[in-house]
Amino acid sequence: MSDALLEVKGLKIEATAYPPGEPPRDITIVEGVSFAVEKGKVLGLIGESGAGKSTIGLSAMAYGRGGVRITGGEVFVNGRDILKAGPAGLRALRGREVTYVAQSAAAAFNPAKKLMEQVIETTLHHGLMTRAEAEERAVSLFTQLGLPNPETIGNRYPHQVSGGQLQRVMTAMALCPKPDLVIFDEPTTALDVTTQIEVLAAIKRAIVETGVAALYITHDLAVVAQIADHILVLRGGHMVEYGTTDHIINAPSEAYTQALVSVRSITHKEKTGGTPVLSVKGITARYRGTKFDVLKDVTVDLPEAQTLAIVGESGSGKSTLARVITGLLPPSKGEITFAGRSLPADFEQRSRDDLREVQMIYQMADVAMNPRQTVGTIIGRPLEFYFGLRGEAKRKRIQELLDEIEMGEGFIDRYPAELSGGQKQRVCIARALAAKPRMIICDEVTSALDPLVADGILKLLLNLQKIENVAYLFITHDLATVRAIADSIAVMYQGRVVRYGSKTDVLSPPFDDYTDLLLSSVPEMELGWLERTIANRKMEAAGN
Amino acid sequence: MHPVIKLLAQRIALGLLLLFAASVLIFIGTQILPGDVAQSILGQGATPETLANLRAELGLNDPPLTRYLNWLFAAMQGDLGTALTNGQDIATSMGKRLGNTLFLAFWAAVVAVPTAIILGLIAVRYQGRWPDRVISSITLATVSVPEFLLGYIAIFFLSVQFRVLPSLATVYDGMPFWDKLYTIALPVIVLVLVVLGHMMRMTRAAILNVMQSPYVETAELKGLRKFTIIARHALPNAIAPVVNVVMLNLAYLVVGVVVVEVVFVYPGMGQYLVDHVAKRDVPVVQACGLVFAAVYIGLNLVADVVSILANPRLRHPK
Amino acid sequence: MRIPFAALIGLFFTGLYFFMAIFADFIAPYGMAEVVGNSWEPASWAHWLGTDTIGRDLLSRMIYGGQTTIFIATAATLLSFSLGSVLGFFAAVKGGLVDQVLSRGVDLMMSIPSLISALVVLSVMPVTLPVLILVMGILDSTRVFRLSRAVAVDINVMDYVEAARLRGEKQMWIIFREILPNALSPLVAEMGLRFIFAVLFISTLSFLGLGVQPPMADWGGIVKENKDGIAYGVMAGLIPAFAIASLAISVNLVADWVLTRTTSLKGGRG
Repeated sequence: MSDALLEVKGLKIEATAYPPGEPPRDITIVEGVSFAVEKGKVLGLIGESGAGKSTIGLSAMAYGRGGVRITGGEVFVNGRDILKAGPAGLRALRGREVTYVAQSAAAAFNPAKKLMEQVIETTLHHGLMTRAEAEERAVSLFTQLGLPNPETIGNRYPHQVSGGQLQRVMTAMALCPKPDLVIFDEPTTALDVTTQIEVLAAIKRAIVETGVAALYITHDLAVVAQIADHILVLRGGHMVEYGTTDHIINAPSEAYTQALVSVRSITHKEKTGGTPVLSVKGITARYRGTKFDVLKDVTVDLPEAQTLAIVGESGSGKSTLARVITGLLPPSKGEITFAGRSLPADFEQRSRDDLREVQMIYQMADVAMNPRQTVGTIIGRPLEFYFGLRGEAKRKRIQELLDEIEMGEGFIDRYPAELSGGQKQRVCIARALAAKPRMIICDEVTSALDPLVADGILKLLLNLQKIENVAYLFITHDLATVRAIADSIAVMYQGRVVRYGSKTDVLSPPFDDYTDLLLSSVPEMELGWLERTIANRKMEAAGN
Repeated sequence: MHPVIKLLAQRIALGLLLLFAASVLIFIGTQILPGDVAQSILGQGATPETLANLRAELGLNDPPLTRYLNWLFAAMQGDLGTALTNGQDIATSMGKRLGNTLFLAFWAAVVAVPTAIILGLIAVRYQGRWPDRVISSITLATVSVPEFLLGYIAIFFLSVQFRVLPSLATVYDGMPFWDKLYTIALPVIVLVLVVLGHMMRMTRAAILNVMQSPYVETAELKGLRKFTIIARHALPNAIAPVVNVVMLNLAYLVVGVVVVEVVFVYPGMGQYLVDHVAKRDVPVVQACGLVFAAVYIGLNLVADVVSILANPRLRHPK
Repeated sequence: MRIPFAALIGLFFTGLYFFMAIFADFIAPYGMAEVVGNSWEPASWAHWLGTDTIGRDLLSRMIYGGQTTIFIATAATLLSFSLGSVLGFFAAVKGGLVDQVLSRGVDLMMSIPSLISALVVLSVMPVTLPVLILVMGILDSTRVFRLSRAVAVDINVMDYVEAARLRGEKQMWIIFREILPNALSPLVAEMGLRFIFAVLFISTLSFLGLGVQPPMADWGGIVKENKDGIAYGVMAGLIPAFAIASLAISVNLVADWVLTRTTSLKGGRG
């Protein structure tokens, strides 16, 4: 590969770990990774969190984040081994030949400086253009990236611009000095799904039009399939599979890649009818001291032993609905009926049985368990509190629950810090089940987990529903999860339920405008999806 | 109205309110606590008659609220009352001493602030390497040492052993400026040492905090020089926390000055306050407490104002 | 578990000082106020640290003085801790008006430097040990209040506390079972710093002549008694000051270690 722009051979990266109470030790976080990027091509780096993909991406700038060191291998940029370049050589490389787009543009921009100042800083610093030329180029990039008011947006400060726009400004900043290679480090992960598609399309257009090569880092295979020519699948700092996008998506050879491609292998037959265990009628609510209703006239039913999915983007009010149902946020209007009886608005007024029958599982299992309590105490407390179980009877029941969540022996005396992410979430599920609830509110329970682990949790929840006859109110922004487990769906937007019904009805046309936008914005695991969707939207816009 | 002006007005109003509340607290501390002023002035041997006479003279028989309001209105007009021990007007005797104290504190600040910031920057630049460690251990030692020990060590070495600086900082009216500076050199050195440790540690932490933010990484990945990164990206964002640190420590200086003045027998506010606490001269103690509180609250107010002015989110609202 | 070298030194000297304070009556070679020689005799086999301004054995006075200083500082620290942390937790868990009143009150007390407040109060109160301990403990409890409130507020918004509330747990369970175990370690580290502050504070007061009254000895007072000797090159006045500094540094080293140990525990999420 003589025309390779970036060539990485046998990369090894180490970091120093500081385990509490033990001497620091070196750990290898990336080993034996080799790949190449040709001029004008895009390579996607994909893997779960901890796969080492960002670390590998930054190695193309010979940069190690906080104590991370590149200890082996070679990294060639334009034929030079940059690991052997001195500080001056690196300064010449960074910001000129290779530039970087960070995951959170909001944090990556200096809050004290105007955007234009920061966008053209590299270009001026390396003496590539005059200030006037650089500003002109920045404005044309802003236009190309579809930013509103491209002439004046540079005069703003970072906090005056929305997250999706900042991400595009950062892309402009990376492209401004006409680099050979841009590293995109999860540039759309922090964005809402309807914003993500616009930013993704803008980035892709900019890559095509400027002919720049790129390393595109993400955990979402469907996203990278839209933008990359080649894909490198990583796991635990090692290469799993490396090939063309077409090969990885349509004919993966490794088991791990196959699992990634077919995530959400669950099929769940939708149930309909049934008597509602929970009825929410005309709920309107706002937070104390604010003048803005976060929920407006929300009405939904959850039938016994079924799953109602509440879908929406951040700010849609879906988590607020959970707080209203649990009684943490008494509504200003509306009524909640549970198992035929009216629930007091404030949880402090509710009876012990009211509290017991509605349980909750949280997004971050890490902070949902007291780090100073053992698994036994965490699961045992509801048994003791609601049913007065003690001693051997309690221990036996705890073990039964642990068996139910497929964790087996030996976990009772462990602390949460000794468990993996998936195990923690399982313990939270066991704690909820211990109360023998009729309904569990699941607030984004899988969104902090890696896809394969999340899959396991969803399967477990579906199984438990059959055994325990418990109803789920499932709050999520992830439509793949909804397809996998819901019986009925409520789509929320700006505090209102905009679409509500059985899963089949909600997910079949004709759609309302918002649901249409939401559904069509979720990237699908097929080549050319992005182009088709954008083209469809243009056609619809022209048709109107 | 621009939100910054609104916010500043709020802060200043809050500062005044705090000062007012502090005056109440000082008054309560001296007048309403179980200790009896008259008793403590005259001692245990006082006869009931003399006690009653003194109480009447001091106005101690009026209700507390009346006494407080009289005191406050007089103080607002610059009348701090007369000292019980020598009958002199407090405002007059305090004026000169306040000037002396501010003179001492000013020169201490002039030396300490730049030194602390430069040492803090060096410690950050060489974080974890030997310059950082040396600076950190020396400052750990100075913050663990009481002010008077620093004072006497300085006297022991600089004026007793090597006789380079005078151990008593006696200043008088009409003293030539350079003589005055030479005389206060030792107390200034001690005061600098007292605040330097705190100030440098906090400056280091504040700048380190900024240096770890993602936008500094962005600057590094732009290929900028270390110096450019610190000057252009870190410093503008570090101003507010550093000013905060400086102000907090100047306030600390106000307290350090009390002890240092006693050590060097310097005719300032601290010496004045300590003398009159020992003599149980309540009006003087009240007046001094009020002035110290005002300086302290004022410095904290300046810190607040600077951090508001340095915040781009507030200066350039959406 | 491996204890770092610096922390070991800190532990050793802290232990030594406390040991000498507790067993002062058995260790001190002479009585506290016993005149045994001439003024400011140099160190000898009979008087390891020499004698003081009126001919008392300096080592004995240092040992008894350490007892007083450490006793007052410990008592004041215990007071400030029990007062500050109970009120701080209470404010955090209750929130609303209770929190507002307590927090603004503390802001007000902290708007006056504590040495100045102490001097103002001591100008009217009799200077006795209980008064000194009360004044120091109450003034310092404001800092403990701020810390424990901040720590408890952080913990109080955790999902596991919310889960306990939704289970129907009582306030007592939430404070003692959910919040306290997680707040303990930062508070213990802070305790060391508050103790140092109390040692410096009482020494400063005594040095100014407004703390422990003669003939009782404490380290700040010994400096005051012997300060005139310094002008003649007599070290007697510097010795207690070195004791204060070395005690402060030792406790600081231990507190630093406790603090880094707890933060690394918090950081480790694996």
